[in-house]
Amino acid sequence: MVRFALVRISQVIPTFIGITLVAFFLIRLVPGDPIEAMAGERGIDPARHERLLRDFGLDQPLLIQYGRYVSRVLQGDLGRSMVTRETVLSEFATLFPATLELSFCAMLIALVLGLPAGILAAVRRNSLLDHGVMGAALTGYSMPIFWWGLLLILLFSVELDLTPVSGRIGDVFYIEPVTGFLLIDTLLSDEPGAFASALSHLVLPAIVLGTIPLAVIARMTRSAMLEVLGEDYIRTARAKGLPGYRVIWLHALRNAAIPIVTVIGLQVGVLFTGAILTESLFSWPGVGKWLVEAIGRRDYPVLQGGTLLIGAAVMAVNLLVDLAYGMINPRIRHAA
Amino acid sequence: MREFPTSAAFCIAALLTSAPLSAKTLVYCSEGSPENFYPAVNTTGTSFDAGSQIYDRIVDFERGGTKVVPGLAERWDISVDGTVYTFHLRGGVKWQSNRLFKPTRDFNADDILFSIERQWKESHPYFNVTSSNHSYFNDMGMPALLKSLEKVDEATVRITLNHPEAPFLSDLAMEYAGIQSKEYADAMMKAGTPEKIDQEPIGTGPFYLVQYQKDATIRYRAFAEHWAGKAKIDDLIFAITPDAEVRWAKLQKGECQIMPYPNPADLDTMRKNPNVQILEQPGLNVGYLAYNMTKKPFDDVRVRKALNMAINKKAIIDAVYLSTGVAAKNPIPPTMWSYNDDIKDDPFDPAAAKNLLAEAGYPDGFSTDLWAMPVQRPYNPNARRIAELMQADLAKIGVKAEIKSFEWGEYRKRLQDGEHQMGQFGWTGDNGDPDNFLNSLLGCAAAKTGGGNIAKFCYQPFEELVAKAKTVSDQAERTALYRKAQVVFKEQAPWFTIAHAVQLVPVRKEVIDFKPSPFARHTF
Repeated sequence: MVRFALVRISQVIPTFIGITLVAFFLIRLVPGDPIEAMAGERGIDPARHERLLRDFGLDQPLLIQYGRYVSRVLQGDLGRSMVTRETVLSEFATLFPATLELSFCAMLIALVLGLPAGILAAVRRNSLLDHGVMGAALTGYSMPIFWWGLLLILLFSVELDLTPVSGRIGDVFYIEPVTGFLLIDTLLSDEPGAFASALSHLVLPAIVLGTIPLAVIARMTRSAMLEVLGEDYIRTARAKGLPGYRVIWLHALRNAAIPIVTVIGLQVGVLFTGAILTESLFSWPGVGKWLVEAIGRRDYPVLQGGTLLIGAAVMAVNLLVDLAYGMINPRIRHAA
Repeated sequence: MREFPTSAAFCIAALLTSAPLSAKTLVYCSEGSPENFYPAVNTTGTSFDAGSQIYDRIVDFERGGTKVVPGLAERWDISVDGTVYTFHLRGGVKWQSNRLFKPTRDFNADDILFSIERQWKESHPYFNVTSSNHSYFNDMGMPALLKSLEKVDEATVRITLNHPEAPFLSDLAMEYAGIQSKEYADAMMKAGTPEKIDQEPIGTGPFYLVQYQKDATIRYRAFAEHWAGKAKIDDLIFAITPDAEVRWAKLQKGECQIMPYPNPADLDTMRKNPNVQILEQPGLNVGYLAYNMTKKPFDDVRVRKALNMAINKKAIIDAVYLSTGVAAKNPIPPTMWSYNDDIKDDPFDPAAAKNLLAEAGYPDGFSTDLWAMPVQRPYNPNARRIAELMQADLAKIGVKAEIKSFEWGEYRKRLQDGEHQMGQFGWTGDNGDPDNFLNSLLGCAAAKTGGGNIAKFCYQPFEELVAKAKTVSDQAERTALYRKAQVVFKEQAPWFTIAHAVQLVPVRKEVIDFKPSPFARHTF
């Protein structure tokens, strides 16, 4: 298992280098420079433009800039935002817990609803339930996040008055961040009602963000289960007189787990991507919204650092998924 | 003594539907996060809104208007030649405090010197802190204008200019000139964390900062010791809500009481909502199409006039601005002093336009480009759509216009470099002074490559008028000069003036006496 883990970890290094390259060069392909982007209608006189480019180190050839960037990254310095002048790392550390909390809850919804729905659809293949689940999954998968979110806000917040419109917690609550995870911080605080407020603010964005992963997980679970349920050993288990739930949970689901776990791992990337739109819509102070604004402002350090850190988070999750394969299926472990 | 802007600002009769907020809490659904809390390096209205609750300036704009009124200086004297300004500072003005710093003295002349020199002198220890890009200080021409800055005594500051500059007081009322505490700056420098004064600010303003959570909320509390008395609201919360639809949903639900920048498509619904009223303020802005006068055929005034008559302005305003714009006939907005309402706009008359074009030697028209911004701007909601309407109108007199667009930064740069033949652009006023439009956008100095005069209009009779108006301090005399300048502008037609966008601020009915600012600022 240790060798398996080391092999997987070594494969992360070239990916990480790839991310630094993409993060650095892709944003520079977008026309316009950060100084011009800050200038507005008035523009900026060439001498001051030159000076600011020099101050930000943007007057150097690209390869030199990249070399300096990588060297700083290796020392743990991701630079400062060109707009706020705060360090990228501190801004990320402030905002990432919000994204993580939202993504975690979205994934929880996707798993709690998606897995049983997929299993039920597979077990009751071609039934009304199966068609219903698959129809709903297809609809969910095709739903534009922004539109879906607005619909939910109009229905649940404006019309039915059941949930808050946006934000992370009611304005009445003044919570000092301890962990950054508001559900935990509100529990740690003495403010009565703060936890309920934070939870109620989380409901709609988590549903919106969890919709696509839910649909994907339900469809993948159904398909993987269908494949396994047709295997001889399942028939044998049934013939031996094992109860249905044991056949499904212990024999079928365990063997269907590899593709399902793969999809769940991949959905983490989807969650971070989806968080960009969900956070913008629900005024959720996470890294998605931060990066979108940085694109508009050509805030290179934020874009580079943010992409790198999110990339690292996705890689870490995928690494865990890879390691989980090894635990779920010893053949993979031994093959490595 | 002037009336304190927040004293009459709000009486919140009853707030919010379900949330148990204090009756004196106001929630403002702001559109974004500030860059930081140092207005001198900020360039966006969003950041200015966040900072202006905290800081005062030497002089200020009257609430809801552009008139300069006393701020931290209770009065001032101007020398006969208009180059020496002596400011007499208000006494007993208290500084706010925060977890990092407790002030030991009141506001005085040292704070004025610190705040200006920090932006002016590269050798100043705070010049590079947070950013050396003091945009507005440079853009308003301060480095070339200021000759000296002296502390006469604790309560008196003298500023000497290199030449008379009538808009100088207006320039000092802008947000970039917010006054910071020298004592706080010294303490933070000593502690090795100079940037803290811009991140955890203190000021002398009506509210102090309680908490800022990036992209979430900014919390302020009324400063009880404010020199003009405590504000009538206790707590002010900026709920950062970038999406206009969501801001509207929050306003409907009572989660906030004021929202800026509504989506024009929602205005009809908003007007029907019994809990909401829409406050209107003619914006200090202008959207226009500039003819590049250094390029043929736009060097001929007849061609420019012909095109002005060929474009249906009313159709553009009806189709694109909806109810959020008024037709522009002058380069300055109607709310600005010296606006010349006697001027008649060029009529929409395609037949006369065609005749004039023939007279200019283009009976069959000509081909040209027509640039359209790729982004929505405060003075122009949809430049592409406007360009299409213009293109159709111009085709009727034989002018074939090809619509061009670039990335926004690139667009502005190329336009200012004069690469276009016809280009849409616009302006939002900084300081309420006509010079800020007529000289900045149409003066000869701005007509050089890279300058803001994108028509490259440099016409001596006009130039003489605006140059003279800049140096005289008598407002009646300045008004007469600017009125004449507008007549010359209309005769020469360097622009097709499109519209002045109206600023709309939906507020809940419980909010009383909020006045939108002509600068599109939101101060409470």
